[in-house]
Amino acid sequence: MRRRGRGATASAAVLLVLGLGLGTTGCDRGGNTDLGLALSTMNNPFFVGIKKGAQAEAKARGLKINITDAQNDPTQQINQMETFTSQNVKAAIINPVDSDAAVPAVGVANRADVPVVSIDRGVNGGRVGTTIASDNVEGGRLAARSLAAALGGRGRVVVLEGQPGTSAARERGKGFEEGVREFPGIEVVARQPADFDRAKGMDVMANLLQAHRGVTGVFAANDEMALGAAKALGSSAGGKVKVVGFDGTPDGIAAVRDGTLTATVAQQPELLGRQAVDRALRAARGERLPKTVKVPVVLVTRKNAAEFGG
Amino acid sequence: MSAEAAVRAPGTAPAEWFTRAVLRNGPLGGLVALVAVMAVLSRDFLHGRNLLNVGVQASVTAVLAFGVTFVIVSAGIDLSVGSVAALSATVTAWAATSQGLPVVAALPLGLAVGVVAGLVSGALVAYGRLPAFIATLAMLSVARGLSLVISGGSPIAFPSALNHLGDTLGGWLPVPVLVTVAMGLLAALVLARTYTGRAMFAIGGNEEAARLSGIDVKRRKLVVYALSGLFAAVAGIVLAARLTSAQPQAATGYELDAIAAVVIGGASLSGGSGKASGTLIGALILAVLRNGLNLLSVSAFWQQVATGLVIAMAVLLDTLRRRSTR
Repeated sequence: MRRRGRGATASAAVLLVLGLGLGTTGCDRGGNTDLGLALSTMNNPFFVGIKKGAQAEAKARGLKINITDAQNDPTQQINQMETFTSQNVKAAIINPVDSDAAVPAVGVANRADVPVVSIDRGVNGGRVGTTIASDNVEGGRLAARSLAAALGGRGRVVVLEGQPGTSAARERGKGFEEGVREFPGIEVVARQPADFDRAKGMDVMANLLQAHRGVTGVFAANDEMALGAAKALGSSAGGKVKVVGFDGTPDGIAAVRDGTLTATVAQQPELLGRQAVDRALRAARGERLPKTVKVPVVLVTRKNAAEFGG
Repeated sequence: MSAEAAVRAPGTAPAEWFTRAVLRNGPLGGLVALVAVMAVLSRDFLHGRNLLNVGVQASVTAVLAFGVTFVIVSAGIDLSVGSVAALSATVTAWAATSQGLPVVAALPLGLAVGVVAGLVSGALVAYGRLPAFIATLAMLSVARGLSLVISGGSPIAFPSALNHLGDTLGGWLPVPVLVTVAMGLLAALVLARTYTGRAMFAIGGNEEAARLSGIDVKRRKLVVYALSGLFAAVAGIVLAARLTSAQPQAATGYELDAIAAVVIGGASLSGGSGKASGTLIGALILAVLRNGLNLLSVSAFWQQVATGLVIAMAVLLDTLRRRSTR
């Protein structure tokens, strides 16, 4: 049995090597790559949006861009940065899987004197030209103001927080706190995590409704949780209880159009991608860049929802 | 706590009945204790409506966990149930909404996807001799990937006829709770009254002995994983009905909740023991805990600590109880 096990391992290894070989020959052909973009994942429409923006900008400038997907694995990101440096790219854009774990990947580019800019998340070390990210804090403030306006400046509000420990959860929550402080009539009665997940948003909202009477407003740190909360609220969503989300996903925008969500704060992933290509090229020309570039977020309400599709 | 209670209350008849019930069913003692604590800490906990919320919130985990019970009883493990649930729901929604199949065809198709996923895992374990951990870990990845491929990464609207599975009848009776009860009874029936059920205990207790006593172990394992896949499909469909949409990323990490529920419910990870009723109690303990932590407005970071502590405590109590009654 042991021998058979070894045979299986060997054949699995052969398959793996074949697979990797096919995978790498699939991209990287033709040479003369100008830019590299190492994405954390493409399992999420937001990052697909970044990819589209970066591709469009590179195409407009007649540049060739190599875009890789690390499948949320920081180690793969290091390998991909090594690929970029051996392709002699002018500059590399990294969308870190994790701000700490991306330091070695940035180190790879630094040693090869390839300028690096990061997108969506920062890098806690190495030399990074600039970090291009959505202004999540400002988005939180916008959400607070739009919720307060919908409530006429008075009401009892619950907050559905994102996955604890992520920068998006922290920054959006912080922005909302700051924004809501401008409205003394708004009372935040509970703040609970629902991990950016629709099903959890629904369950946590149902639980909070048991503990807190007279809730009139909800801020959810992403649209998925907002849609879950709206489901738990049933017919009072958009009526007695105003719900504001974040992200501007197609589902979220559709819900804004039909009135279940009062508003959502849309990020502009394609603009992020375009900006990243632009800043990476400036870094390659040796320009000095600000430490961070904040790409504005947009409040989507019933009035302007049509412009965002959905 | 159950052992202590037994020492303290030898007197009155109801107390005696209570301690005996607790001794006989350790996980139930844990649930009763947790409910008591939550009832004291939060005025809102013991309301009928809140308890029904808990029931609904336990439903998806419970149905997944019933399926995993079969696997754990037969000394295997199934890490793929969360992904298979998402895949089944995605296929059902895709068939009905995107391809325009009637619901009577889409629903069996979704359930069949769960069964097929289970059969593949089972074949890898039984005939490919892969460790169950690895075979189902592979399925976890494949099923999640396929549900992303089929859906293109975006949620698909769930057929409205199936959304009734997430409804509440007469304003108070949630359908997910009914589904949980039905699936629980089915699981109990399979475990206690069928050849496959008895074979699960035999294989989990001693696989070699089971084989020598004439059980076709490989074929039974196929059935075990297929059942787990079927239960996962039902759970995924109930989850999608609650959300009125099939989400490719739904139920991520639920396999760990399901395994925790089975183990809290008194099953042994080394196989040979486990009960559907215990698993239900395990799922309820997790749901009561999450509901209670929300009611008490416990901070995000401490909720994870508390969940871990309760899982450890529940299993520890059960272990101590078994040692004291032996």
